[in-house]
Amino acid sequence: MTDFARRHPVWAAVIAILAAILVWMIFALWPSWLVDLIGKKKVFLNALFNGITLGGLYFLVASGFTLIFGLMRNVNLAHGSLYLLGGYVGYEFAELTGYWLLAFPAAFIVVAVFGILLQLVVFRRMEGQDLRQTLVTIGISIIMADLMLWGWGGDFYNISAPSWLSGPLETILVTAQKRSGDLVYLKYPLVRVVIFLAAVAIGVAMWLLLNRTKIGMLIRAGVDDRDMLSATGARIQLVFLAVFAFGAGLAGIAGVVGGTFQSVAPGEDIRFLLASLVVVIVGGMGSIPGAALGALLIGLAEQFGSVYMPTYAVVLTFLIMVGVLAFRPQGLMGRS
Amino acid sequence: MSVFDPTETGLAARSEGQSWLERIPIAYWVVGLVLLIMPALAGDFMLFQIFGWTFILGLIALGLMFLGGYGGMVSLAQMSIAGVGGYMVAIFGVSAIDTISLGWPWYVAIPIALVIAMLFGTLTGWLAVRTEGIYTIMITLAIAAAFFYFARQNYVMFNGFSGFNGVLPPMLFGVDWRGPAAFYYLTLFWAALGYLVVLYISRAPFGLALQGVRDNPRRMSALGYNVTAHRVAAYTFASLLAAIGGILLTWQSAQISPGTAGIGPAIDILVIAVIGGMRHPVGPFIGAFIYVILKTYAIDALVTLGLSGERFQLLIGIAFLVIVFWSPDGIIGLWDRLRENRKRDPLTGRGGEGP
Repeated sequence: MTDFARRHPVWAAVIAILAAILVWMIFALWPSWLVDLIGKKKVFLNALFNGITLGGLYFLVASGFTLIFGLMRNVNLAHGSLYLLGGYVGYEFAELTGYWLLAFPAAFIVVAVFGILLQLVVFRRMEGQDLRQTLVTIGISIIMADLMLWGWGGDFYNISAPSWLSGPLETILVTAQKRSGDLVYLKYPLVRVVIFLAAVAIGVAMWLLLNRTKIGMLIRAGVDDRDMLSATGARIQLVFLAVFAFGAGLAGIAGVVGGTFQSVAPGEDIRFLLASLVVVIVGGMGSIPGAALGALLIGLAEQFGSVYMPTYAVVLTFLIMVGVLAFRPQGLMGRS
Repeated sequence: MSVFDPTETGLAARSEGQSWLERIPIAYWVVGLVLLIMPALAGDFMLFQIFGWTFILGLIALGLMFLGGYGGMVSLAQMSIAGVGGYMVAIFGVSAIDTISLGWPWYVAIPIALVIAMLFGTLTGWLAVRTEGIYTIMITLAIAAAFFYFARQNYVMFNGFSGFNGVLPPMLFGVDWRGPAAFYYLTLFWAALGYLVVLYISRAPFGLALQGVRDNPRRMSALGYNVTAHRVAAYTFASLLAAIGGILLTWQSAQISPGTAGIGPAIDILVIAVIGGMRHPVGPFIGAFIYVILKTYAIDALVTLGLSGERFQLLIGIAFLVIVFWSPDGIIGLWDRLRENRKRDPLTGRGGEGP
């Protein structure tokens, strides 16, 4: 970070000023002119937190996508379908057992096994043929979408969180002051906070795994130079399998999270595929910190967009993508 | 459709001293004749719905084949560019939504539509060529999605979810161009023209340079070719084909809405191009024909088999997967391989000619 400040002093200053303004906007009691300008503080804070938690969900989906891409050069356009499958599996498990928490390992395992099958049966046969692999994933996603529509129909499913998570969380953030002088504090759904913290924990764990363990070293070496790694005798097929399973499993977990936040329904696969595409394009392909930054940016853009410019919220995210592509094609955190 | 042959009996096998008419291979005469007398053979539904749609989708996919086959760039934005073309005709020309449509005459509206669609395609290309290979698919898919959502949300220009209806072709020469036979010839004309132009360009200096850029961009750039400019120009040309296709598509269904240029149709165009084959311009038309036949008759076939007709997507997906799995060059590739096998000497196993 100091390195960045030394190299780009102006940008660092701009970012610092923006961060300071943001902190002030979060903690201070808003003066009336600001309320007149952009509306109530409560709306702003809700959009901010929704954006951050949505970013956590996007990160879960996109980090698996970017990991698979970084190692295997395989743009897995069936990633959205894996997400949706995880959602359905999680829903069925939560309904069956009655335990919301059980849905996560169930979705992870089922979708990871499915990912292993994909890698063994499909992708290993066409290694090194990037375009063909990508086309195959399109075919798989078409078939999976239709099979899931067949199995679960077009209904919306909602995975309900357990009662100990369903209440609101009293935060220490002041949203307004009543006439009487009492301060109004922001209430925020506890489940979103918990899930966001879990996403952060998964992200940190992934970072530690990649940067502090031997397996992580193998994966990073594979990202840099696949052929050289296999020439040194590492069993790269096993690494591929593990990464594919893990990335797919993450998508499955994200499906359960998405089913709790919003709902599981046909069409969500495309939505989350697009979200992860945009996230990794913005963040930089194959980079986990990039996926985190991109997910945060896109989540915030979507939520603020839907509050402050409702008609063009979706377009805003794509504008960000186009801007990044035009000025930094390798992505914000990507290496050229 | 196997009568087309790109390599040997094609235009490549030209001998000196023949007039250009004699150099046209016999297959072209046969297919051309059959296509020309088709209105005498087929019913109205076949002409308008099956063949008209085939030619339109083939024309849009032809642009993708040009990009992918000669330029090595697979773009999923072709359908969005076609959508822009259709929308612009509806906006500048005449439609039932007369609060938005400007109602300009066709000879103004159509050129404007083509130019705007080409500008959009060029801009897409300019963004997409900053990345390579599989990245291009991701970026063009994102652009296609952006256009879909924008058109759906925007009510000032694109009339939101419902889009435009009542977009009809002009009554030129006193002919109703939406009549089955007239529309058949209209689409046939543009499809044939597009096919021939792509064939011509593939052998013109620009097309050869583009294929060089596909095979080895660094060497081409060392030879003094502007790699980026060639790629962007390829996008511009492909978007012209898409725009013509988009206008015809709008006329065929007399309406345009965001769903026309959604993510599903964008992927369908890729499916069509891949099923047909990306090595020769006839591929997209073969692919489009198969797609249209499946889309029109698969529901009946599925119902008679006892399955629900909604499983059409499954059928398309499996067909696509099978083709990609076993023959990356699509139907054309299958045909080529079959012929190679037939020519091969059963004893020595060597091919009839060439490597």
